[in-house]
Amino acid sequence: MDIVVLVKQVPDTESLVQIAGDGVSIKKDDIKWVMNPYDELAVEEALRIKEAKGGAVTILSVGAQKAQETVRTALAMGADKGLLINDPKAEGGDALATARILAAALKGMPYDLIIAGQRAVDEDNYQVGAAVAEFLGIPHITLVTKVELLDGRIRCQAAVEGGAVTVEAPLPALFTTQRGLNEPRYASLPGIMKAKKKPLEVKTIADLGVDPARVGAAGRKVAIKALRLPPERKAVRMIKADTPEAVAAELVRVLHEEARLV
Amino acid sequence: MAQGVIAITEQRDGRFRKVSYEVVSEGRRIADGLGCPLTAVVIGSGVDALGTEIKAYGPDTVVLLDAPELADYRTDAYTNVLAGWLAGSTPAVILTGATVQGKDLAARLSARLDAGLAMDCTAVALQNGVLTCTRPMFGGKIFADVQIQGAPQIIAVRPNVMAIAQQPKEGAVEKPAPQLGEIRTAVVAKTMESGSRIELTEADVIVSGGRGTGGNFQAIEDLAAALGGAVGASRSAVDEGWRKHGDQVGQTGKVVSPALYIACGISGAIQHLAGMSTSKVIVAINKDPEAPIFSKADYGVAGDIFQVLPAVTAAVKKLKG
Repeated sequence: MDIVVLVKQVPDTESLVQIAGDGVSIKKDDIKWVMNPYDELAVEEALRIKEAKGGAVTILSVGAQKAQETVRTALAMGADKGLLINDPKAEGGDALATARILAAALKGMPYDLIIAGQRAVDEDNYQVGAAVAEFLGIPHITLVTKVELLDGRIRCQAAVEGGAVTVEAPLPALFTTQRGLNEPRYASLPGIMKAKKKPLEVKTIADLGVDPARVGAAGRKVAIKALRLPPERKAVRMIKADTPEAVAAELVRVLHEEARLV
Repeated sequence: MAQGVIAITEQRDGRFRKVSYEVVSEGRRIADGLGCPLTAVVIGSGVDALGTEIKAYGPDTVVLLDAPELADYRTDAYTNVLAGWLAGSTPAVILTGATVQGKDLAARLSARLDAGLAMDCTAVALQNGVLTCTRPMFGGKIFADVQIQGAPQIIAVRPNVMAIAQQPKEGAVEKPAPQLGEIRTAVVAKTMESGSRIELTEADVIVSGGRGTGGNFQAIEDLAAALGGAVGASRSAVDEGWRKHGDQVGQTGKVVSPALYIACGISGAIQHLAGMSTSKVIVAINKDPEAPIFSKADYGVAGDIFQVLPAVTAAVKKLKG
């Protein structure tokens, strides 16, 4: 079983995100960069499937030179090899442009199963996994919380509003992760040492034979015109009274009379 | 030929999800602004009645893509019939709801049509014939104003945000034969929670609990029930195993926009704030008056949730009689 996991390096969710001087990108220094949390679930699930069924786990990413750290982290968790597409022409793309690069890279490698995070917690596009599957012409299942491998097929439990559905698809297939799928392992010290010797290839757009006009900033269909901070709320109005009952009465009164909500 | 604005509705088990009314109402506004027709699309099995119902929201045309194979949502089946119906035509705008289904469908369709997609938008503005979509990124820490190049422009709107407007129109109903294509996925089971439960992303009122609950959500459940709302949780409450993952509000959970969000015993970690900051009114109840949650709240109570919440529940019940 050849499993490929798509990973992205993103700002840590605890980090403060600031808008850069150009007004359309974020400040990249002073940020702690980590593996997208949903991708951690993807790496973990790939390792569990490999441990149960055998095979190899390859990590695939598009990103800056620095994204090698994230690929190494996945190797330290136990993946076998990594491929980073690092090219200035690949940078600044939207989800569709990035999916195009990933699909091109995947066409040059064996895969039975591709696992991706449901979304990257930076741009929140929820789009790359589905688009990669479409470009490869394979089925995909999103928001998976449980996976079973059958003979030549995959059976996934997927989260929907108010419940879950169980969906089957023939392999090769792609699925995206949802919290609850597993608890990702931490990289062990021996794992980190071993990862240093594992193969991590770096390729460019030209290596993949992708038209540079269709990827990166040049290939963007969704143009960011401005980034801004969310509108500020007015200062909080603290509700104070002598007893919980009096506080509750006043809170319900303002919600009823002023906010017209209750 | 499909042209103008296409609003893709969402039904489950023969009933529209609320976002359908939002998508068609928003579609009407955009179509009027662009001066082009609006088509509402209903996909499913035996959806004639839904086609009639959606006329109340003003589409010029209703298109039913109706087949037994479309009873349950499957990405490939729904993408195939939409792409098959659209073949040869290029509408200006395709709107979906940014629900689980809508996001999945929009993502696959964008790649199939090679069309730009603005996901999970909270506003769509029209100026000089150009649409600018506002979409929260980084879980809502940053808002981006984006414009989609080329056509169609696919816009998925966040549930609970766009205003619903009834404006009945006696539009034509068309029922083209769905081109199912190759369908490789199969839904083999569905497990839904009891029908009375309100889905977080659709709820008008959410009462959420965090570490300060100590795992006791009874008072929160009671207040949510009194308000007819849903129960949410912070990441730490979920990590502790007090609530299931589906209840989590935040950057690594659900992003919600209720009219009223009541945060109880939640300190306000940045990743939680990211998931609820587009709520219209936020109330925070926390015993620590310095908790960061108060900086994002409209109304605050510095107090013990186990004393305050039952009193609020009682006051709500009294008000509602």
